[in-house]
Amino acid sequence: MTKSELIEKLIDKMDHLSAKDVESATKEILEMMAETLEGGDRIEIRGFGSFSLHYRAPRVGRNPKTGESVDLTGKYVPHFKPGKELRERVNLSLA
Amino acid sequence: MALTKAEVSEHLYEKLGLSKRDAKMMVEEFFEEIRTCLEKGEQVKLSGFGNFDLRVKNERPGRNPKTGEDIPISARKVVTFRPGQKLKARVEESNND
Repeated sequence: MTKSELIEKLIDKMDHLSAKDVESATKEILEMMAETLEGGDRIEIRGFGSFSLHYRAPRVGRNPKTGESVDLTGKYVPHFKPGKELRERVNLSLA
Repeated sequence: MALTKAEVSEHLYEKLGLSKRDAKMMVEEFFEEIRTCLEKGEQVKLSGFGNFDLRVKNERPGRNPKTGEDIPISARKVVTFRPGQKLKARVEESNND
């Protein structure tokens, strides 16, 4: 499912709202989530999961083309931990 | 403070003028649609944010850490999140120390 397919499904479900409002709301939700991580904060959605930042230590990398070594600084990367309900529901088909 | 559903719906109410009830429902349904899709075994690709993928893990040997007893960890499906280029760049740029 892509973002536009998600918007279509939400338009069907939220049929008392205009398609335009549902589209804006979906985009706002994603933007707010991105801004939160950008600001260094966590996202906690019960039953879905939490997003946090994980630190990657500085390291010496290599340019794969030239083999030259490059000093890479430490950085933060987004990390997602699925919540209980999501873990269980995804697993039902195997249980 | 961590971002929660309550804050997201408050934002939809303030910024888009949705009723509080609709804003709350919108946030619930947003996450519910993603869960439903993953539950069906389908990947979710949210451009600009990231992809939720499913991985199948085979059964592997495990142990009860309290009793030391050997118990197999059953085969399972797990959700993984791969942040998109844009999200990674935004997080990296504003969190450099």
